[in-house]
Amino acid sequence: MTEYQGEIDCSGMNCPMPVLKTKLKMDTMDAGQILRVVATDPGACNDMPAWANRVGHTLVSSGEEGDRFIFYIQKGE
Amino acid sequence: MAEKKSMAIIASQGSLDWAYPPFILASTAAAMDMDVKVFFTFYGLPLLKKKIKAKVSPSSNPAMPMKMPFGPKFFQGIDWPIPNVVSGNVPGFESVATGLMKKTFKNKGVATITELRDMCEQLGVEFIGCQMTMDVFGFEREDFLDCVNIGGAATFLEFAADADIQLFI
Repeated sequence: MTEYQGEIDCSGMNCPMPVLKTKLKMDTMDAGQILRVVATDPGACNDMPAWANRVGHTLVSSGEEGDRFIFYIQKGE
Repeated sequence: MAEKKSMAIIASQGSLDWAYPPFILASTAAAMDMDVKVFFTFYGLPLLKKKIKAKVSPSSNPAMPMKMPFGPKFFQGIDWPIPNVVSGNVPGFESVATGLMKKTFKNKGVATITELRDMCEQLGVEFIGCQMTMDVFGFEREDFLDCVNIGGAATFLEFAADADIQLFI
């Protein structure tokens, strides 16, 4: 179980809202903290790592829980 | 972290379907830490009005799937063969098609154009409204969002000249 300091639920949202909501949530967190993102959009599986990589965050882990996709993203410096 | 990039978009179309790409790409690019400016010209300019009234036009988009956003799954899967003589001539057809498309977007969790435009504003996307288009169609400055900068081709190109990504939509 990965520890996390923030969480956002993007269930039911389609592209590009999960990435946009995640970005806004991440803005409220501190460098090094981990955000847990929940999404149901299959497109997020590629989009979330792409976004994190581009802006300097680290995708710590990801996986599926039923019909939900879970991402743990650590905020970069 | 990658170096800071920038993106310049020309939004030249104002129907509901064509309104999505500029707002989706602009908001996402801004979320990816890019500097983004969108130049709204000709039919794209009304997308900056305080209230967006964009519709879809099935008769001018022959490849548009015509599906129903309600009923059993097999029914929703039917691609209705609507001839142009109907989609182009029946009064109110565009309004009905627009309503069905908005319903489909809602069912699929797609944000509205207004929501995406709000996200763009929140994420720092700059909107440039075309002065010449305003004059041609008789729009007034107060028709548009307060955040819009009014300018012309040179205003946009000064930014676009150094942009990493340039798109014409």
